[in-house]
Amino acid sequence: MSVLTEKVMTRDWGKPGQNTLKGYKERGGYQQLKRVLDSMQPAQITDEVKKSNLRGRGGAGFPTGLKWSFVPSLEKNTKPRYLAINADESEPGTAKDRFILENDPHMLLEGIGIACYALGAHSCYIYARGEFKYPSSVLDAAIAEAYADGIFGKKLMGKDFELNVVQVRGAGAYICGEETALLESLEGKKGWPRLKPPFPAVVGLFGCPTVVNNVETIAALPRIFEKGADWFSKLGAAKSGGTRLVTLSGSVIRPGTYEVSMDTSMRELIYDKEYGQGLPEGRNVKAVIPGGSSAPVLTPDELDVKLEFDAFKPLNSMAGSGGVIVIDDATCAVRSIWRVARFYAEESCGQCTPCREGQPWMARLIRKIEEGRGEMSDLDTLMNVAQAIAPWPPIGLGNTICALGDAGALPVQSFVQKFRKEFEEHITRKGCPYGEKPWGAYGEFQ
Amino acid sequence: MSEPLFTPAEQKRFDDGIAQLLSHYPNDRKSAAMLPALRLLQSIKTWCPPEGMKLVAERLETTVAHCYEVATFYVMFHTEKPGKYVIDVCTNLSCALRGAEGMLKYLEQKLNTHAGTNGEKVFLRETECLASCGTAPCMQINEDHHENLTKEKVDRLLETLT
Ligand SMILES: Cc1cc2nc3c(=O)[nH]c(=O)nc-3n(C[C@H](O)[C@H](O)[C@H](O)COP(=O)(O)O)c2cc1C
Ligand code: SF4
Ligand code: FES
Repeated sequence: MSVLTEKVMTRDWGKPGQNTLKGYKERGGYQQLKRVLDSMQPAQITDEVKKSNLRGRGGAGFPTGLKWSFVPSLEKNTKPRYLAINADESEPGTAKDRFILENDPHMLLEGIGIACYALGAHSCYIYARGEFKYPSSVLDAAIAEAYADGIFGKKLMGKDFELNVVQVRGAGAYICGEETALLESLEGKKGWPRLKPPFPAVVGLFGCPTVVNNVETIAALPRIFEKGADWFSKLGAAKSGGTRLVTLSGSVIRPGTYEVSMDTSMRELIYDKEYGQGLPEGRNVKAVIPGGSSAPVLTPDELDVKLEFDAFKPLNSMAGSGGVIVIDDATCAVRSIWRVARFYAEESCGQCTPCREGQPWMARLIRKIEEGRGEMSDLDTLMNVAQAIAPWPPIGLGNTICALGDAGALPVQSFVQKFRKEFEEHITRKGCPYGEKPWGAYGEFQ
Repeated sequence: MSEPLFTPAEQKRFDDGIAQLLSHYPNDRKSAAMLPALRLLQSIKTWCPPEGMKLVAERLETTVAHCYEVATFYVMFHTEKPGKYVIDVCTNLSCALRGAEGMLKYLEQKLNTHAGTNGEKVFLRETECLASCGTAPCMQINEDHHENLTKEKVDRLLETLT
């Protein structure tokens, strides 16, 4: 059993005053930023981050240090540079960044200080989803404390380096979690993703070099500098440093947000007493969505996969944003994927034809089958529409401007492939085999 | 003369708020403050009325069309006056697995409305994942978040809507 030997992200959550500057400082807070400012050159910081094998927690798992190194040098590009923190957290199944903001906001802010100094960025915008009323209020209070204490402002902890940090709140659009849509939104526009390249690291916010990183990614920095890059790297798996925050939801006895070792398997997460504690009496796993609703589905025979970024590739899925959704065997698979398809249909920004037309089309076809009005040919149509958005098996590149296309198409393809019998049963029975109760063990509202 | 948009106190809140927002952006990028400016307007008026949009456009040195383009893109902005209580219920997968469809039906019955209908008192909406997947089901009432909901908890919440 691979238990978590050491808590990294959640170590101090819930300790007295941890979400205030005083509490944070009592447990060593801001000492790493201070040390880094006093004793390290920006390039050294980036090297440490590379060495730590820290990878982005926003969904793609991109190596963070490498991303930073794409920012052109000041000699080549004299424009100001920006750090944008992605606190949009809207991928269905994902609820982790909000807990960092609620429980330990200064961990993020200290990380921002370290990252901005490394990048030479004098402004950081934290883009938080609009619905985060409470998490945003905690974060705003923390930012105000950091200014009042002389951490941010004209001199970053006394160093001759100005840093301003602002929180900007979104207004309910999933697409603004996509990094270029996020930048558009920060520029005061609707969230229409940009064609890449150029990548944000070169042409980002206001046309300037910009690094976009997830909350959890940046919040890991203080710990990396406290314990060392080697320690962080060893804690994780081969090419993924550290631990992960995962959100376990759906048909388990104990849903919630947990910090796990990269060595933990999906099965352990679902069944271990520290985590999900299994399914209720008599129920078994039917399907697991492993990394937010855009991650292709896994079946019960695939649960030995480790919760590490590279482990999901052979299964044609991904670790994504760490949103693990467990679906039990009393749940309708068609109904489940309909909810997912409907979401991407709603949230498509409408810019590219395959996505704008395809996502709603898929949702309609699935609904038709679920309601018993489907024909066998609908399954082929469904796969063809999905295929036009992004190829299956996934090759990491769809036919659309942004990855929302893939995010909607790949899960549908995976469900049709793995649960084809159930789709067919809906068609031949002309109705849902689960009748009025499609939602499994906990599906009744009580 | 039609009624002025703001009371003097509201006007001050708006003016001060805009000044503060603009200080966060480069001088030639005033229109970048669009989302926070619309949020400010809505926090004062509960929605984004046309005269307010004109004012935002003026202060941000942009067009009214730009304001509408943004306001209609994001679901949290109301370009029509919403009911006194906006209730957003997540019916996405994690919540559905914990009874969200039944909860929505329950709310529709108790409030005598249908999801998507804007009424004078209540505007009940189905919404997308609210990052409460591990504490499902959930809903927001005027942006206040409620999780791990049961019939009993919902009943109690509804009693507070006067
Ligand atoms: C449709 C879509 C939605 C996304 N939503 C989020 C999100 O809510 N939060 C997030 O951090 N990243 C999200 N991402 C990933 C970002 O584009 C980006 O990769 C990430 O913020 C980079 O940070 P990281 O390298 O620290 O992971 C989304 C991507 C896509 C395509
Ligand atoms: S893939 Fe979809 S969401 Fe992304 S830019 Fe195209 S239409 Fe918009
Ligand atoms: S699915 Fe409902 S809050 Fe995430």
